[in-house]
Amino acid sequence: MDAERIERIIDNHRCEPGSLIQILLDIQAELHWLPKEALAMVGEQLHVPMSRIQHTATFYKAFSLVPKGRHEINICMGTACHVRGAPRVLEVVQNLIGIQPGETDAEMKFSLGTVNCLGCCALGPVMEIDAERLGKLAPATTANLLKGYD
Amino acid sequence: MINSPAELEKLRQEILAKRDPGTTRISICAGAGCLATGAGKVIAAFNAEIEQQGLKGDVNIKGTGCPGFCERGPVVVIDPEDICYLQVTPNDVPEIVAQTIKEKKVVDRLLYVDQTRNEKAVRETDIPFYKNQERNIIGNHIKIDPKCIDDYLALGGYSALAKALFQMTSEQVVEEVKNSKLRGRGGGGFPTGIKWEAARNAPGDTKYVIVNADEGDPGAFMDRAVLEGNPHSILEGLIIGAYAIGAHEGYIYVRQEYPLALENVGIAIKQAEEHGFLGTNILGSGFDFNVKVHRGAGAFVCGEETALLLSLEGKPGEPRARPPYPATRGLWDKPTNINNVETWANVTLIINKGADWFNQFGTERSKGTKIFSLVGKIKNTGLVEVPMGVTLRDIIYKIGDGIPAGKKFKAVQTGGPAGGCIPEAHLDIAVDFDELTKAGAIMGSGGMIVMDEDTCMVDVARYFLNFLSEESCGKCSPCREGVKQMHRILTNITEGRGKEGDIELLEELALSTRSASLCALGRSAPNPVLSTIRYFRDEYETHIREKRCPSYSCKGLVSYYIDPQKCGACRICPRECTSDAIIGGKNLIHVIDQTKCNKCGTCFEICPARFGAVIRLSGAPVPAAIPDEMRVIVRKRNAKREQQDA
Amino acid sequence: MREVSLQIDGRDVAASEDMTILAAAKNADISIPTVCHHENLQPFGGCRLCTVEVDAGGRTNLVAACIYPVQNDLVVRTRSEQIDKIRKVLTEQLLAHAPESEVLQNLAREYHADRDRFAKEPSFCILCGLCVRYCAEIKQKNAVGFVDRGPNREISFIPEIAATECWDCKECFPLCPTSALQAAFVLMRSLTSSPSSFKPEEKKQNETNSVAERNEHNGSPVASDRDRTLLQATAKG
Repeated sequence: MDAERIERIIDNHRCEPGSLIQILLDIQAELHWLPKEALAMVGEQLHVPMSRIQHTATFYKAFSLVPKGRHEINICMGTACHVRGAPRVLEVVQNLIGIQPGETDAEMKFSLGTVNCLGCCALGPVMEIDAERLGKLAPATTANLLKGYD
Repeated sequence: MINSPAELEKLRQEILAKRDPGTTRISICAGAGCLATGAGKVIAAFNAEIEQQGLKGDVNIKGTGCPGFCERGPVVVIDPEDICYLQVTPNDVPEIVAQTIKEKKVVDRLLYVDQTRNEKAVRETDIPFYKNQERNIIGNHIKIDPKCIDDYLALGGYSALAKALFQMTSEQVVEEVKNSKLRGRGGGGFPTGIKWEAARNAPGDTKYVIVNADEGDPGAFMDRAVLEGNPHSILEGLIIGAYAIGAHEGYIYVRQEYPLALENVGIAIKQAEEHGFLGTNILGSGFDFNVKVHRGAGAFVCGEETALLLSLEGKPGEPRARPPYPATRGLWDKPTNINNVETWANVTLIINKGADWFNQFGTERSKGTKIFSLVGKIKNTGLVEVPMGVTLRDIIYKIGDGIPAGKKFKAVQTGGPAGGCIPEAHLDIAVDFDELTKAGAIMGSGGMIVMDEDTCMVDVARYFLNFLSEESCGKCSPCREGVKQMHRILTNITEGRGKEGDIELLEELALSTRSASLCALGRSAPNPVLSTIRYFRDEYETHIREKRCPSYSCKGLVSYYIDPQKCGACRICPRECTSDAIIGGKNLIHVIDQTKCNKCGTCFEICPARFGAVIRLSGAPVPAAIPDEMRVIVRKRNAKREQQDA
Repeated sequence: MREVSLQIDGRDVAASEDMTILAAAKNADISIPTVCHHENLQPFGGCRLCTVEVDAGGRTNLVAACIYPVQNDLVVRTRSEQIDKIRKVLTEQLLAHAPESEVLQNLAREYHADRDRFAKEPSFCILCGLCVRYCAEIKQKNAVGFVDRGPNREISFIPEIAATECWDCKECFPLCPTSALQAAFVLMRSLTSSPSSFKPEEKKQNETNSVAERNEHNGSPVASDRDRTLLQATAKG
């Protein structure tokens, strides 16, 4: 873990105690997880006790305390998507990759997660792979969408 | 840097002077929804085609905010004729340019078709989806490139701010908002003016104003569209509010699941700072105000005011008791006013056009318009802005055009996880803050999810309790334990383990959860359960007593079976089966291996209509598989059928 | 400090304006049940056993007495059919976690709660937060905190801090209404320390090894003599 990158992120937020979550979001975006060493650095510089950092890092679902795969798949489980069949899409993806939401496959290629609404409700079911959002999914056509990722 | 209202008007005139209303403009919706269905490629295609045709100097192309007709995106509007094309793909672009841009002819097949009257609508304003709305807020979105402040200025942007700063005292601004009777659009419905007054009167020099853009209700995306599509309208309202209350610092709290909204609001803030609408001595008025953006980190509970404040302070979002209210003790214990995105958008309109103008819309106790996200089993999904008081029936049928695929309406769920389901019998309720509550639902932030005969209402309750158990902060026992237990009971019911007495137990748990919970999440958690029990108790009882799901939705209670009498051995379903559970071949009747079937329903949906061989069973055993010899379809019979099909 | 006059269970009660309903009631010898409340700690409002009915502005609300501030002419009821029902269900829900807890058993007797009503829960922590708050507010060590949210919420010791601070302190142990705290401490210790007897200085060196590495190196963790004594103490409840 590059301590310098973490330092830079903390500096960007000028060590304001209210910025803890913003700093953790930036570290998560940069490293795709929150290593314990990073949390220790943040705690030291912001003068925030580790118990609060740990609570914050586990309370908010944007954070991961374990490394994620190269590609993050998030399937929206919002109400509109649910009513249009999102659970079936999730099931197909689970079977294809072989992992449950919250897990990463053994090759560290895909991490699977669910999200409680991406805000594209008119196009449900919706899936997000890295930053790209794909709408109007159906169980039968989902398999193709996962090809072409390495 | 603009230093006076006069300079602002001068700049505005300069911008308008450069814009010839006769110029051809192509506006393509670039909201997150249309982008997810390919709008980005459509914009690129237009840019390329216009360049190729040598029209670059004569035609204006821009990606705009979301006009709301998400079902038919990507949406393209061509001005000055106001021609609206729907579901445009990059392949359509050359034809549009050739026909409409160059020859001023309409491309018929891309127009909206009113299926009941078999009419096409050419102009955007003629499309029934839009025509039956009152689009005070979202009507502007298709005219604005959210990354371009000049578009906002051209429409009169920031004139309300100038008016407030120079023609009104801060007390007068509060009075105007009070007179408008604007009520919070985030779901609470608290009179905004009174909230502002409390913050204004609270002792202390340091005060804060905040935009709540956490929009956690699944199925609701109104705030996303407004923040993405017209971020300056929110900034303007916020600065006006800061002036009214006496705050010099503000925050926009945006959920991190909205990256485009974050991007556009960030750009807008920068542009506003460059123009002098933010910072010190705004427009030369002597008033200072700065705003920062804070991202949420994936917690629905942070849409609750006190949890949001804690999140801004870098802490877990555990709501706290009220009193004291944020107006007196909020962010860092200072007086704070938090309002929802749509509320701030209305503030700008009210200061611009006046409280009297605002009061002409809506009902006696619910003034103005409300944006709803009409989604689910509905033909026209998207954002709908109507005056308060329009009925559910009008929204669903007149604007939404009813239920697709010939299915029957079952219920409309409003108000998100704190809300309830309204059945057919109550569709003539006028939608406002108070009427829906009487029917056991709430208006909430505006999510309106339409459900049809294929939706299981017990599963809907289970879904919401699952959501709430994931989102509960866990601090107080009634919510943490109560939601968990209600969820457990509902899961058991949907999986065939329901017991006599479960409904009564749910009602008892509902009492302690709603009465003793610390915050609104816990207190409203029982609503989805109670409202579905109220209107669909028979479904609960069928699940419990007969182990049957009448909507064939609960996977544990449904089996799929291919009727050997009807199967035509077309081999489509074995191919499409998502779990390789169907065994079949040419002239060999298909059979579903029940041990492998994952109940996805694909076979049911794709079996050709002429066979209709896949049936759903619930509460009844799956017939035994026919012996292998009987699976062979005799050639003679088959030849005749092949002839008939040809 | 201004004085305020309110009514609790039909009795006129005087209180100072900075008091909560719970404090005012206590002053007047009116008892309201609590689990997560402690005199020396900031009110938490988590267990909700202290829920009371309050009439204000023409409406009746249910609030937590331990944090709701007194007001002039407030009318409070500490018992009613509704309140008793709520306290009964809350007690039953907590008993599903910690059926042996003395505090909860007392409440069960008073409110006729059925210990076995709800299915037993795997964790016997009832998340009253007394340990977390004591360590944060009084000892200011923050050796134990909350993690996660909703039904997954738990208490968690910070091994690095607990290793140096907790052994000689343990002041939070008697506060725990169940035996969850002691059990959590012992579990944390057994997962993060070397098998031989515990020495704080050596502990610091071991900190850099991951749990997995240490286990691999030393075999499965074995409780030291001191740990065994602690285990026996907690087993007694």
